[in-house]
Amino acid sequence: MAQYTAAEQGLAGLELMAKIREFERRMPLLSDEGLIRGSTHPSLGMEAIAVGVSLALTDEDAIASTHRGHAHTLAKGADFGRTMAEILGRADGYCGGKGGSMHIGVKEIGVLGTNGIVGAGIGIATGAALASKIKGDKAVAVSYFGDGASNQGVLAEAFNLAAIWKLPVIFVLENNHYAQSSAVEEMVAQPDLSKRGEAYGVPSFNGDGMNLQEVFELATAAVERARAGEGPTLLVLETYRYLGHMAGDTEIYRTKDEVEQAKENDPIEKLLAQLIEQGVITAEQWEARRNELFAEVEEAEQFARNSPFPEAAEAFTDVYAKGA
Amino acid sequence: MAETKDLVTWRALNAAMHDIMTEFPESFTLGEDITTWGTGGGTYGVTRGLKKTFGAERVLDTPISEEVLLAAVSAAATRGVRPILEIMYSDFSFLGFDGIINQAAKARYMFGGQFDTPLVIRTNGGSGIGKAAQHSQSLETLFAHIPGLEVVVPGTPGDAYGLLRTAAKSDNPTIFLEHKNMYYDKGPVDFQPVPFGQARIAREGQHATIVATQQILNYSLAAAEELAAEGIEVEIIDPRTLYPFDMDAVYASVGKTRHLVVGHEAVRDYGWGAEFVAQTVEAAWDKLDAAPVRVGGARTPIPYAQTLEAAVIPSKDDIIAAVKKTLA
Ligand SMILES: Cc1ncc(C[n+]2csc(CCOP(=O)(O)OP(=O)(O)O)c2C)c(N)n1
Repeated sequence: MAQYTAAEQGLAGLELMAKIREFERRMPLLSDEGLIRGSTHPSLGMEAIAVGVSLALTDEDAIASTHRGHAHTLAKGADFGRTMAEILGRADGYCGGKGGSMHIGVKEIGVLGTNGIVGAGIGIATGAALASKIKGDKAVAVSYFGDGASNQGVLAEAFNLAAIWKLPVIFVLENNHYAQSSAVEEMVAQPDLSKRGEAYGVPSFNGDGMNLQEVFELATAAVERARAGEGPTLLVLETYRYLGHMAGDTEIYRTKDEVEQAKENDPIEKLLAQLIEQGVITAEQWEARRNELFAEVEEAEQFARNSPFPEAAEAFTDVYAKGA
Repeated sequence: MAETKDLVTWRALNAAMHDIMTEFPESFTLGEDITTWGTGGGTYGVTRGLKKTFGAERVLDTPISEEVLLAAVSAAATRGVRPILEIMYSDFSFLGFDGIINQAAKARYMFGGQFDTPLVIRTNGGSGIGKAAQHSQSLETLFAHIPGLEVVVPGTPGDAYGLLRTAAKSDNPTIFLEHKNMYYDKGPVDFQPVPFGQARIAREGQHATIVATQQILNYSLAAAEELAAEGIEVEIIDPRTLYPFDMDAVYASVGKTRHLVVGHEAVRDYGWGAEFVAQTVEAAWDKLDAAPVRVGGARTPIPYAQTLEAAVIPSKDDIIAAVKKTLA
């Protein structure tokens, strides 16, 4: 992933966010068509976190993602077509169709997997950071996780370990206010989740996850701290998910008004308005550019649709290392 | 005698939950998203309406915290209440194995029989709908291996109802494994408890015995139709509970058919089928005319794509082949 430099910062981020949103917008449609099995969790509204954090990382850095992990994976630099192919269970998917939406790993860019176990990525990123420390390299690891995942026990152990060993890990808590159907205020008694980091000696910051610039700055500072050997950081980022938890969510736990209101704070629209005001781009230029980006997503989808299903024999490969 | 109704599995389980919570004022149920998801009844509807009827004190939405939940319900059960904990997918129970295996399963034993542990862990296993490697495992063998646990694998809506009633009454920790691909299976429910350790003869026959559970039980019934067309009549036994288990039913059937096939979705190697075969060979060798045959899941995680998932789970044809192999 290209570094987020001052000159290009807004535009590169805007483009990536728009492209990811278009990708995710297609998920319910593909699901309705019966092309996606099991469950898949889009993250419309949450793009600024994945993109803002990724722009502060390099290919050598690692991320451990969640069940809602397409944006994290794509923002880290995964190919849109191969990611889509994996979600559709095709042979050209990153995992040959074995993983699907909830188990996409991309070794060459440090994506240690989207994950079907809520909270698992917290321990995984801590482990990746431990590897960096042992090897003495400069790679940092990011764990993305939700407000719901913050109630898993592994968080306590990971925060403590990362803090005592000063591991280069960044814990990115995406507070989108719901864990499946459970409202965060009913599931935690202390609403300031950054206190959880402080309790373990992990420097912790609250930030606006709907603001790309703010996410990028917080992430950059955390990356610098990690690379300097100063240890872990917790970023608690406020955000919102526009769609249901997954396809078929009846959303009886929240009102339409609430969702509409959250959309007024849209990270893409806000950034676009700023860039137009700053004269970086005009509305017409953006429309043309956006259409190009959408065409790229369409191309990715066609690539995935045209990819064959894996041969049944592939079900039995990769279970053990060769020669074992 | 209560009337019999045709219900889908989730509705049968829901009826059982209502009846259990009425029967035992000390029972309560808890789990992630059990009242605010879907139509207000958890991922598969089983807890629907409970909060309205029994109130928020007895029907609790929990944080995502399997580790503490499994430890906490284990302890609560020793203190005179009857927890029924829903673990959304059995795969997530791994986060709380200490609570299940080191605490709940051993509390009575370690403390010299002082404690009852009337705990039910309701969860689901199995594959078939593309939930992939971390939401599709069949873990019944793992649980059945642990002394102190009872393991229930209902194969019909009627058994789902009746076995859940018995699980709730049991003073042992019970792992109640629903099958995620069978919540919409329809069948008669007579609203009576079904005792543990009593297998059900799902089909009578005289040429070979198949012991199978849940999805593989369904495939076996379909296989039996095809085999019958060729003049092979199989007897099918549904053990219903894997601990306690009913070997006498297997011996009696094998005494008649002299051939045994065991089928399950859990990984075949080291699976519970091996246990049924071993016990039959040890205790009823003289009743067998041929080596028993096991059918089970491949030794792979469950893959996502349909072509791959189907390849690792036993099919109707695998069962037919197994029957023919033991009869050959
Ligand atoms: C260990 C575990 N428990 C429960 C689940 C079921 N589940 C999947 S996503 C989810 C909600 C997660 O909420 P949060 O961490 O806030 O992330 P969000 O979905 O809001 O992005 C739940 C309960 C799971 N996959 N793994």
